[in-house]
Amino acid sequence: MVRPDTFQEVREHLAPLTDDQLEARFWQLATECVEPMIELARTHTSPSIERSVLMRMGIDSRTCMAVVSECEKRGLLGHGAGHVVWLCMQAWDCSAPAAAAQLAADEGWDIAEAKWGGIR
Amino acid sequence: MSQSRRPVDPPLQPNEKLDIGALLEGLADYRPRRKGWHWREQVPDQRLYEFTYRETSKGLDRCVPLPAAHYFDNIDPQPDCVITTEIASGRPEDDIRRMRMAAWHGADHMMVIRTAGQSHMDGLLEGTPEGTGGVAVTRKQVRMTRRALDLIEDEVGRPINFHSYVSGVAGPEIAVMFAEEGVSGAHQDPQYNVLYRNINMYRSFVDAAVAKKIMAAAGIVQIDGAHNANATAVRAWKVMPELLVQHAINCAYSVAVGMPKEQIALSTVPPDASPAPCMRMDLPYAVALRDLFGDYKMRAQQNTRYMESDSREATVSHVMNLMISRLTSADIQSTITPDEGRNVPWHYNNIAAVNTAKQSLVGMDGMRDMVKIDRGAPEFASRVRELKERAVLFLEAMLRDGGYFTGVEEAYFVDSGEYPETHDDGIARSSSGGVAVGTIVPRADDYLAPVCHHFGDNHLPDGFRGAEFGEAAPCDLIGGCTLCDDRKVPFIDELDPEDNVNVRLAATAELREKGLVKPEVEWAGDGYVAVTMFLPAAERIAEAAAIEFGHQMNLIDVEVIHKQVMHPAEGTLVEIKGRLEVAIDPANLVIIDKPQPLSDEEIREFVAGKNLRCVAATVGADEHSVGMREIIDIKHGGLEKWGFHCEYLGTSVPVEKVLDAAIEHAAQVVLISTIITHGDTHRANMERLADLATEKGVRDKLLLIAGGTQVSDKLARRWGMDAGFGRKTHGLEVASFIVKTMRERGM
Repeated sequence: MVRPDTFQEVREHLAPLTDDQLEARFWQLATECVEPMIELARTHTSPSIERSVLMRMGIDSRTCMAVVSECEKRGLLGHGAGHVVWLCMQAWDCSAPAAAAQLAADEGWDIAEAKWGGIR
Repeated sequence: MSQSRRPVDPPLQPNEKLDIGALLEGLADYRPRRKGWHWREQVPDQRLYEFTYRETSKGLDRCVPLPAAHYFDNIDPQPDCVITTEIASGRPEDDIRRMRMAAWHGADHMMVIRTAGQSHMDGLLEGTPEGTGGVAVTRKQVRMTRRALDLIEDEVGRPINFHSYVSGVAGPEIAVMFAEEGVSGAHQDPQYNVLYRNINMYRSFVDAAVAKKIMAAAGIVQIDGAHNANATAVRAWKVMPELLVQHAINCAYSVAVGMPKEQIALSTVPPDASPAPCMRMDLPYAVALRDLFGDYKMRAQQNTRYMESDSREATVSHVMNLMISRLTSADIQSTITPDEGRNVPWHYNNIAAVNTAKQSLVGMDGMRDMVKIDRGAPEFASRVRELKERAVLFLEAMLRDGGYFTGVEEAYFVDSGEYPETHDDGIARSSSGGVAVGTIVPRADDYLAPVCHHFGDNHLPDGFRGAEFGEAAPCDLIGGCTLCDDRKVPFIDELDPEDNVNVRLAATAELREKGLVKPEVEWAGDGYVAVTMFLPAAERIAEAAAIEFGHQMNLIDVEVIHKQVMHPAEGTLVEIKGRLEVAIDPANLVIIDKPQPLSDEEIREFVAGKNLRCVAATVGADEHSVGMREIIDIKHGGLEKWGFHCEYLGTSVPVEKVLDAAIEHAAQVVLISTIITHGDTHRANMERLADLATEKGVRDKLLLIAGGTQVSDKLARRWGMDAGFGRKTHGLEVASFIVKTMRERGM
């Protein structure tokens, strides 16, 4: 939409504000603006986020990629790729990198399946 | 990996090159020795030489001062703000050599640009593949660079910040890797992904929250991406209200995630450039921004929107931008190389830009104590207010229309109208499109991430919710995460046997092993040189002729990198670049040792103590006087400058008369100039002077010095002089010689 500069007409409600009030309004609007985006982030995850979780568990990037791709395929991402690895760590009594290496070698997905069901 | 295997590097030696091979050895076990950002240590009212500085910080142990510093006891005042240099060679092994040079000139924020396309890679790269327009940012590249910077910061005596980008599709992973490897600063702004990289907006913001949380935990300073709106806008002077909005969205989002405000820096650019009246246009914006964002850090960036291939023009723009920094504030002063408008930055242009910042900031030190922005000036005050109101109107309308995502879909951003004016030419992105669309997934009721510093819903078992609940850390579930236990950080070396640092180093090994010298601008042995020429021809002819001249000079791949019409018919300035496939072995060069000159103070003190007198003349039948005048006259920086009393007898003076005058004036120094060399006149004059001095019994009391275009020190000494000076001699060299020799001889 092309619109001429209507600044003088549309600013009337801002004119009475002091500078401090105007600045407070600016930040109130900015905060309001990001609220739904923060909510989206709080309640969602992504392949990169899940790989970042596995990385923090001490797993190298190639293995992270393999495990998270498989989690995506199996519809497990929403439970957390780290969750899947943690289950296997407990089942096999091993470290996170060792468990992830097994998963990357296509072993142990039955453990996740037993908890959350098969590929969805 | 055990702590004991961590390599300990010997300190750098200023007269030795960085050993790239050594930096690559044992890299798997190298760990950064600290994390987070370093601000310069402020030194209020710092005294250096005869001056007091109001806005400087702790100095360097080793540095290269500004060229004019030798007039000021070689001081190198370091401004209060961090100074950035941006490096984009594409090869980490060459980047780090440039970082060392930049650190000596005063840069303490090394920003490496990423290779083209990395922001679209859904995952991490590994190894050291060559990049285009920047490096492939990988763990190995980061680790070898941080290792080099650890050595370089010890060499210069100031901590150095290392910086790159946590943007693109793999932001959270890059953030973790940076946190693990001690990266100090990073660009992170989901709006950049959305607007300029067309990465799906939902994915960008979901990823950004996790990345920011990790950056916050690791003390990584965040720089936003708002400056890109300026660099992209059709009319950059119209984009100011939107810039305020973009900064606000990233700031508010970061704070909501939990990042402390002092860790958040705004990338702010004066939007305009001359020939616009840019200072008057940009100052109200700079002040409106700092009013609204007073709790945040300012990273002052240079304008690139209007940068052309003229490095002089780019430098003037930079200086005007720096003046805005000094009149307002800057915590980080960025620098753009003056050649960015023509090519990927070259080594020496990084140094040029750092020096432009240092020179300008130090030159304008304390300026605000005398020169202030007149905030009460009606035009200024109303414009500051107007910009803030326009930004508020932008936010109000966007919220009314459905929020940020709707705003992007409706092309609110990077429109060439000044909001609320719109030209309908903004960047529009679809929420159901873009790279990595459809890849975010709702977190299930049992979503779990057994690691620390994870943003968002995380259904940790009771007892593992972290210190804020008085419970164990989340990562205690798995025996520790990499952010808590450094030993758990993995390392992947090279994945590509052809495209890696070892292969590249092997190709240039001969240069290093034999110590050969070959010109370079970006990469070891690239051979590039630039040649500047004025051609008395019209533009198109000059351009073609310049390329032909390059070929005649044996340059390969000749390209014009800059041209400027001096007059449509009279001539054109052309700069070309080309490769010179020649390496020189320094062993084959004849290099004469140059004596080190003394400092001005040292000479002045000695001269005053001895009341030194010189008698000077052009001898024989010789009417040349310019050279001698340059050596003795105060206005040319000659001997008189340090207090020598100089008696100039004129031209065509007989040698006998020179000596008599020396005795009469009780001079300690005799200077003769002799240009004419026909029939060995110069030799005869020198020998005659020396013989006469001996005959009269004053040889031991006098320093006899000869100068002239054909005179060499070796020949002059052979012919009875104490020294000889040839072309391009300065008074300082003669003065230093006199003082040193008189000291040695106890005269």
